[in-house]
Amino acid sequence: MTQGWLGMTKTTLKLNLGPQHPSTHGVLRLILELEGEKILSCEPDIGYLHRGMEKMAEKLSYIQYLPVVDRIDYLAGCFYSELFCRTIENALNIELSERDKNIRVLLLELNRISSHLLWIGAFLMDLGAVSPFFYSMREREMVLRFFEKLTGQRMMYNYFVFGGVRNDIGYIDDIKEIIKILPNKIKDYERIITDNPIFLARTKNKGILEKSVAANYSITGVNLRASGISYDLRQNDYLYKGYEFNPVVLQGKDAWARYKARILELKESLNLIRQALDKISKTKTQAKTFISPLGIKLPEGEYYNEIEAPRGLASIYIKSLGDNVPYRLKWRTGSYYSVNLLKKLLLGEFLNDAIAIAGSLDIILPEVDK
Amino acid sequence: MNYLYFLYTEILAKYNIPKLFGEITFYIIPFCVLAVALLIIVLILVLAERKLLGWFTQRKGPNRVGWWGILQTLADALKLLLKENITPSKADRFLFNLAPILVFVPAMTLLGIIPYSAEFTFVNTSSNIILYLLLAAFPIVSIFLGGWASNNKYSLIGAVRSIAQVLSYELPISFVVIGIVTLASSMNLTEITLSQYTKYGILGWYIFPCILGFIIMFLCILAELNRCPFDLPEAESELICGYNTEYSGMRFAIFYLTEYALLFGNALFLSVLFLGGYLSPFGAYLSHIFFGETAFANILVYFEQVFWLIFKASLIIFVVIWIRATLPRLASFDMLKFSWAVLLPLSIINLLFMVIFKYITGGAV
Repeated sequence: MTQGWLGMTKTTLKLNLGPQHPSTHGVLRLILELEGEKILSCEPDIGYLHRGMEKMAEKLSYIQYLPVVDRIDYLAGCFYSELFCRTIENALNIELSERDKNIRVLLLELNRISSHLLWIGAFLMDLGAVSPFFYSMREREMVLRFFEKLTGQRMMYNYFVFGGVRNDIGYIDDIKEIIKILPNKIKDYERIITDNPIFLARTKNKGILEKSVAANYSITGVNLRASGISYDLRQNDYLYKGYEFNPVVLQGKDAWARYKARILELKESLNLIRQALDKISKTKTQAKTFISPLGIKLPEGEYYNEIEAPRGLASIYIKSLGDNVPYRLKWRTGSYYSVNLLKKLLLGEFLNDAIAIAGSLDIILPEVDK
Repeated sequence: MNYLYFLYTEILAKYNIPKLFGEITFYIIPFCVLAVALLIIVLILVLAERKLLGWFTQRKGPNRVGWWGILQTLADALKLLLKENITPSKADRFLFNLAPILVFVPAMTLLGIIPYSAEFTFVNTSSNIILYLLLAAFPIVSIFLGGWASNNKYSLIGAVRSIAQVLSYELPISFVVIGIVTLASSMNLTEITLSQYTKYGILGWYIFPCILGFIIMFLCILAELNRCPFDLPEAESELICGYNTEYSGMRFAIFYLTEYALLFGNALFLSVLFLGGYLSPFGAYLSHIFFGETAFANILVYFEQVFWLIFKASLIIFVVIWIRATLPRLASFDMLKFSWAVLLPLSIINLLFMVIFKYITGGAV
């Protein structure tokens, strides 16, 4: 209670946004202090979806842990799978065949597309538009159907294994269909969303993320690139060697730029998929050198790898004492840092702008809580 | 009304039923008809909205209960009826229960003042428009009461938002309505309808001189009904349905159904003011064109007039649903700015234009 105008007392309203709130995308709890609808302070409270992913790794052998990593981010499971496999492969000096590398690129980019499509729908849902959600889910369904055919799973693929992929790629026609249909659909999204005056009013100049703030808060991925910093790990990634690729960098810094960047990333991913398909068609299936997953023991030491996931830089750190289980395993995920950013970004905003800003950061709670 | 009364008493006389009975029932029947019609209309509207939203978003919409999902709304209402009525422990019980009852009053009354056909208006006063202006703002009273009495922070924010919204959007409506009154030189809805009559049909409608007013009023009605893009008081993704968060069971159903009754009433009102009400868009009525000036055609005209009115209202409702499928929600600050900085000045310009139009077209009243 503070002293206000003419000696009247001024009270603030404490509002628990979440953990069961439709637009916190999971179980994020934001403790907001409101004056009218203006946010005076914001305290994110996480941990409602904590599954002990890191502790679990210390008890499970590497092959037992492999299906678990897909569940860190259920919208982009491939990336964590790839990260984990890559670390083991690097440690044991396992060389991937060209074909397997390209298959992995293909699946990673398809996964990125499905993740971004879901985000577009969910973001517009936060802003109160109903239809775009169904449109983007319709296209995402094509991608998921392909995944289901290839891996038997729609979201937790468990498709990458140490030394390659579980099965050889198939259902190429499905991917060609996606490549053919998706660009037109992206045009449709842009027609209904991008220049919609209400959408512009809700997102332009809202939630401005300055370069210095983004760097200080360790923001990575699309959110960082929409603030004008060109930092995309795919440029240096060994999987993406030989691919033509331009990182999407926008100078907008606001929620609209983050939306636009994701739309452009969809197109960029399609580009990569086309190249990957090209490369896959040039290589032939070859007999795999079987790596017995049961006896895997990492030599003593510390291992670190990182990858460009849809929600920013994802990295893994493994400390091994030479056993068949890691001594310590640590994940770094993009969303965790975006949640932390909310503390700063939501200050002084109105409640409904706050929803738009939090939505634009693409926060996925299982990734935060692990 | 006289003609219908004449017909009715004649039929009763045929079966030797006393005249007094006819005199009493003639005034009760319409209200029963209205109450039943209101329920049926609401059930159809809810189904229509769900079907249309389904088609807009590449789904089928409800299609399981009854043929073509026709009983879906009934099933939903039944389900809500059977659910427990929960009153939050710290809520203001009296106001909490009062709000859903109050919200039904304007919806019912609004449908009572509309001229459905030449002889068929329940309440026909010389200034029905004033009644409308009062009724249009009235649902907000119960929305505010409900939101406030729930003792829920989200509901409170929703309630406060709705007050701000209605206060801002009530003014432009009044200016537009006064413009129409100027054109028609009357405050009676039947006279306003008749003053739009020309033998060219559609050309006489007030939407042509008053297209600006029509758009302003349409937007304001969206705002008053809390429809998208002005659905801030019940923003699902922000306030978790705002004022009706704590309502459950039948109380929630009343809120929900009344919303559609109000939508229908306002759409009817818009068509009366701007789209010629029950007049045929072709000038002459179809029944006269097909059956000539016979007695049968004269009776058929009453039904045709009701049909045209509801047809025009359905077009407006379709656009309302279309907008809901397309647009995101406005920001709260933009919502206020849009009314005070855009709609209000425009509506005053519209009124000025109407006065000049009236002067030029020689309305020396």
